[in-house]
Amino acid sequence: MAVNRRDFLKGAAGGGAALATAAVATAPAQARENKPMPPNAVGLLYDSTLCIGCKACVAGCKEANDLPPDFNTAEQLWDTPIDIGPKTFNVIKLYASGTAEHKDQEENGFAFVKKSCMHCVDPSCVSVCPVSAMTKDPQTGIVGYDPDICIGCRYCVLSCPFGVPQAEYDTPTPKIKKCEMCRHRQAEGKIPACAEVCPTGATVFGPIAAIDAEIARRRAMVPGETATFERRTLGSGDVHEKAAPKYLEHVYGEKEVGGTQFRFMSSVEFEKLGMPALRDKSYPSDSEGIQHTLYSGMIAPAVVFAGLVWAAKRASHVEDEHPEE
Amino acid sequence: MAPFHQEHEPLGGKLVTKTTVVCAILALIAAFLLAKRMVLGLGSVTNLNNGFPWGIWIAYDVVIGTAFACGGYAMALVCYILNKGEYHPLVRPALLASCFGYTLGGVSILFDLGRWWNAWHILVPQYMQPNSVMFEVALCVMSYILVLWIEFSPAIVSKVPALRPHKRKLEKTLFVFVALGCLLPTMHQSSLGTLLVVLGYQIHPLWQTPLLPVLFLSSAICMGFSIVVFEAVLGSAGFKRSIKHEMPQLAKIARIVQGFMVAYLVLRFGDLIVRGELGAVFNSGLRSLMFLIEIVLFATPIVLFSKQSNRDSRKGLFIGAVAMLLGGALYRLDAFLVAYDTGPGWHYFPSVSELMVTFGIIAAEVLLYIVFVRKLPVFYTHKLTAEDLAAAHEK
Ligand code: SF4
Ligand code: SF4
Ligand code: SF4
Repeated sequence: MAVNRRDFLKGAAGGGAALATAAVATAPAQARENKPMPPNAVGLLYDSTLCIGCKACVAGCKEANDLPPDFNTAEQLWDTPIDIGPKTFNVIKLYASGTAEHKDQEENGFAFVKKSCMHCVDPSCVSVCPVSAMTKDPQTGIVGYDPDICIGCRYCVLSCPFGVPQAEYDTPTPKIKKCEMCRHRQAEGKIPACAEVCPTGATVFGPIAAIDAEIARRRAMVPGETATFERRTLGSGDVHEKAAPKYLEHVYGEKEVGGTQFRFMSSVEFEKLGMPALRDKSYPSDSEGIQHTLYSGMIAPAVVFAGLVWAAKRASHVEDEHPEE
Repeated sequence: MAPFHQEHEPLGGKLVTKTTVVCAILALIAAFLLAKRMVLGLGSVTNLNNGFPWGIWIAYDVVIGTAFACGGYAMALVCYILNKGEYHPLVRPALLASCFGYTLGGVSILFDLGRWWNAWHILVPQYMQPNSVMFEVALCVMSYILVLWIEFSPAIVSKVPALRPHKRKLEKTLFVFVALGCLLPTMHQSSLGTLLVVLGYQIHPLWQTPLLPVLFLSSAICMGFSIVVFEAVLGSAGFKRSIKHEMPQLAKIARIVQGFMVAYLVLRFGDLIVRGELGAVFNSGLRSLMFLIEIVLFATPIVLFSKQSNRDSRKGLFIGAVAMLLGGALYRLDAFLVAYDTGPGWHYFPSVSELMVTFGIIAAEVLLYIVFVRKLPVFYTHKLTAEDLAAAHEK
């Protein structure tokens, strides 16, 4: 093969220089930090050790949000959602291993887990929405959706690290469906339906500060000793007693992707419960970091554009000097 | 009449041929399926689901399609920005293909949008969300479609008697649009890669990297150059047009592609090494295989175009360009669909109807391209000598 090495290297060097410049331009891309918790953030605390799998929250959620039954059996006798979907904002899932005899035990045991929107502190779905149809309330931090603005691009569905937003495909007027922390109920002074109906207080609602305090209190409990647990809202005074479980140190949602306003306590590893192992840095901090580096104030594009105009003008002058007429 | 670029002439010839009829039929089938989608929803035509909310329409029609349509951008870069007038004959055909590629890409996005009647919200200041990479892509692509048609408009203006007096004025301001026509694709072709950054762990580490914008942009430019080579060679066969005078420029383009691809592969592997993911090249099953096919395709123009004789032959140019185009297309398909995994239980393979729409859109592009080059002054016509003609016929 007669490789003309000089030419080859010259071409490679030219392309390489261009690419290297571009690579350096995107290098300081990690600049943006995770977003902070909104000042009056509210959230949910789910305690897997308290959950008895009654699914009252699933039914309560359907009623509160006017959702149809989700049939998945041949008979279609009752609501049987397998996972969250366009008709289901909230499900209780079961983890089982071996003989599944003991609750909240990893070997030969079982445990429950709730799945609904995490209300991320730095949500991907909000960062990616091109038209601000997905928004995070600056006060409460509730991640809400407005179908009247949405263009249906489904970038939110694609980007959510928890697979939460659900698009509809069987209608010409599809919407995105997801838990909005019952913000319509909260506007009426009520609490989210799933917390309202939970008989054991496995799901409780409260301000994030109260949830943080409650997590600390439960972490300090001595396993086996009698402890108290509130139902519905933290501070409701509606208390029941139960032996304290042995909690994992890991509370899911404290750090994951920059923190979430929906927190989980459990005795069984979260990965076993089907929750993804995620890093602490939010993903929008990466993508917005790149965008802000390249486009902040549109200065870089403006400079490049000025250069391009100059070059294009020069080229068109050359043509004028040698008119092809 | 003394038109500005007299060398550009319509190719003439028949419009109804086997090729155009087949293309028209495919386009009609696609139109029917799109009507069905409008009435019954996306699920009636596509296999989209909530694990794969983006399918082949986004991956092919938009992401790959616009990269194929980067010929106008690539030629404008060398011809006007690097000021190499010798490439001028290649600009207009490239621009035309870009016009169709982008316009149809833009139209197909509308059909993919679930709530398309709200699409104008992108332009409403109170809704605009500049943190969204998609917002930037949407705005850039929309503007670029306009810019492309303006860049191409001299070819139309010279054919419409009423507009002819304005031709000079148009040409005087064209440089601004040429500059825009270089800026906008630089922005959105890189951003099409950035679209995936926010997906984080859901994109396999062989593709997920902060360098996505650089890798997407550089491969898009090379796909632009390659499509120019591809169309020149194919056009010379299809329209029985000699490209003897364009061969030296095509050979130089091959050189540029080669240089870019060396740099691209250095970056791609360097990035894998820095991120400690080199092992993934071999232990990721199907994804490893797809990755390796990409690399072989990208390496093909590097090896092929290192030989002078290949750069000077139509066959050598054609194979190298096709490999580059396939490599760039596969890279995009892999990054958007093969590398995506949002959790267990989700599968996606495009339905037949979904694919028919994609084929129909390609067919519409080919059809419009043929009609335009036969009716409008797009190609340079060189005064051919008898020997040239004889040589052209022998091939
Ligand atoms: S869990 Fe998903 S849908 Fe909910 S706020 Fe976070 S990114 Fe958005
Ligand atoms: S589907 Fe709607 S809510 Fe989701 S990102 Fe697109 S426009 Fe925003
Ligand atoms: S907060 Fe409301 S919408 Fe969300 S899971 Fe609970 S009941 Fe359902």
